[in-house]
Amino acid sequence: MHFIVCIKQVPDTTDVKIDPKTNTLMREGVASIVNPFDMFAVEEALRLKEKLGGTVTALSMGPPQAEAALREVIAMGIDKGILVTDRAFAGSDTWATSYTLAMAIKKIGDFSMIICGKQASDGDTAQVGPGIATHLNLPQITYVRKIEEVDDKHIVAQRLLEDGHEFVDSPLPCVLTVVKEINEPRLASLKGKMAARKAVITKWTAQDIGAEPAKTGLDGSPTKVVKIFTPTPRQGGQILTGEPEEMVRKLVEQLKDVVVGVAK
Amino acid sequence: MAGSIRILDNKCVGCTLCVKACPFGAIVVENKLARIDYAKCTLCGACFDACKFDAIELKKDIAATRDLSAYRDVWVFAEQSNGKIQSVTYELLGEGRKLADSLGMNLCAVLLGSGITEKAQDLVVRGAQKVYLVDKPELAYFQDEPYAAVVIDLVNRHKPNILLCGATTIGRSLISRVAVSINAGLTADCTGLAIDPETKNLLQTRPAFGGNIMATIISPNNRPQMSTVRHKVMKEAVVDASRKGEVLLQDIAAELLKSRTKRIKFEAEAETTVNIAEADIIVSGGRGMMKSENFAILKELAGVLGAGVGASRAAVDSNWIAYSHQVGQTGKTVCPKIYFACGISGQIQHLAGISASDIIVAINKDPEAPIFKVATYGIVGDLFKIVPMLTEEFRKLLKK
Repeated sequence: MHFIVCIKQVPDTTDVKIDPKTNTLMREGVASIVNPFDMFAVEEALRLKEKLGGTVTALSMGPPQAEAALREVIAMGIDKGILVTDRAFAGSDTWATSYTLAMAIKKIGDFSMIICGKQASDGDTAQVGPGIATHLNLPQITYVRKIEEVDDKHIVAQRLLEDGHEFVDSPLPCVLTVVKEINEPRLASLKGKMAARKAVITKWTAQDIGAEPAKTGLDGSPTKVVKIFTPTPRQGGQILTGEPEEMVRKLVEQLKDVVVGVAK
Repeated sequence: MAGSIRILDNKCVGCTLCVKACPFGAIVVENKLARIDYAKCTLCGACFDACKFDAIELKKDIAATRDLSAYRDVWVFAEQSNGKIQSVTYELLGEGRKLADSLGMNLCAVLLGSGITEKAQDLVVRGAQKVYLVDKPELAYFQDEPYAAVVIDLVNRHKPNILLCGATTIGRSLISRVAVSINAGLTADCTGLAIDPETKNLLQTRPAFGGNIMATIISPNNRPQMSTVRHKVMKEAVVDASRKGEVLLQDIAAELLKSRTKRIKFEAEAETTVNIAEADIIVSGGRGMMKSENFAILKELAGVLGAGVGASRAAVDSNWIAYSHQVGQTGKTVCPKIYFACGISGQIQHLAGISASDIIVAINKDPEAPIFKVATYGIVGDLFKIVPMLTEEFRKLLKK
């Protein structure tokens, strides 16, 4: 079986700092990482391969430096990395991104399952996974927290909902998006790291995947960013002082109106 | 070409204001001249606004090039679970009313379900002037494909100008499929919606990078303009029993109700807890809780307050509490009226999930914990002593 994992390179947000003078993001020296949610997708694909046999391909869209993200997951055991990279993709929103990835997947051709993280940590939209499924006219199971059973024809997975979880059966091929609960991603082995260093990353341009210019990048994106600004950072308030009894009394005094209001 | 940007070398002085303003790290200054990395640039215009020397030329083609006048009305997707309309729907009706009024359009709701006809009235009394109702056994509960197919069919038939949907698991799974199918722009997790008085475009403002920056987004050439909004971000529409509205039962081709996926069963969350995405008050615990059993004191306080129980990633990773309770970047983003952070140091990923809370109360024994920098009220002390005292005081206050 052939599994495809879609990954995105994102800034490591633990390093994001706000410049106190200009109130803007300080991006200098911010490391890039694989989107944390995608690591669960990578791990799940590797487990499926170990169980059912086959290969796993990681696919990413991004600038040339996103190659590093693909090498990182190859070190975990992914067989092959493909980067779709082209200046024509700059400014893609989720519509154009899911179109571009879907076109690359069409070029890859034969596959049983596409696995994505539920969302990326920089954009937080959760729109690209279902978008790929729609462009390829595939069924989807989003927010998967556990795979119950799987063979070469179908899958039963648990989808996490707000008030519980449901068991969903889907024929293959299909698209899954996974949540953190599904597994604990493995660390790269030494052997994996060696393989990653030597791996040849396949690079495809817009032309290679047959993407229509009107559907990629800024032109292919229905949404346009018109303004970017920094919100006023949240200010700290009051540190209560005194004996525990006194602090508790002060706090209850401050909160009682809201608490009574909510109770009604 | 949808737009272009370039540096005017004769005006650029290499001051690096643009470099600092760029949220995408797409500008560098070399030899006292700014250079744009077009692979990273999204034409957001932050540099254009920051430049004091008019050295950046930005051309944005955002004027509508299509006739969009056929698209009327503001629609809200009415999410239901077990025949109960979800509160986020009422919040969307509250916000949708303002948008409909400023456009001089109708506010409408789309309701899909089985045996759900009488619930349409719940939407009318909250302000829906029309309810497009599809009542079919196949739509009893959410299934991605038939729900998407039905919404796409209704949009194609009736041509709404705006379509709002809750940023819930169901909403996000559904509406992404709809947007791609009908070539519409979709903006996730909007915290502000307004109508541009000149262009009549929907101005959709949302946080990005964990709330470190805000972006305003439009879809100038595509209709409907689609947005998702999280729970509790907008104010609920109030009930007015005198409101009148049309309930329009829609016929749907049987073909559209087919689903390749099948729900086998549903299991409700074992503990009957308050859903933290909807909670008005959340009591959360972190590494400082020490062990699973200690969450009992948080559950007790939550019980008295009618609150949800949350947790930091550290607590969830230690298996003290289930992932569905995790608050923060890899968990849920919440916006309660009061958020109690007990034994939570306040890593940036956690803060990203709670910064929309009205009031943050931090209880932590470490006075240097970053949580105190954002807390409305901070108590430096032993949570195992403070929390039970709070429970007692609130119990007295609420006479429970």
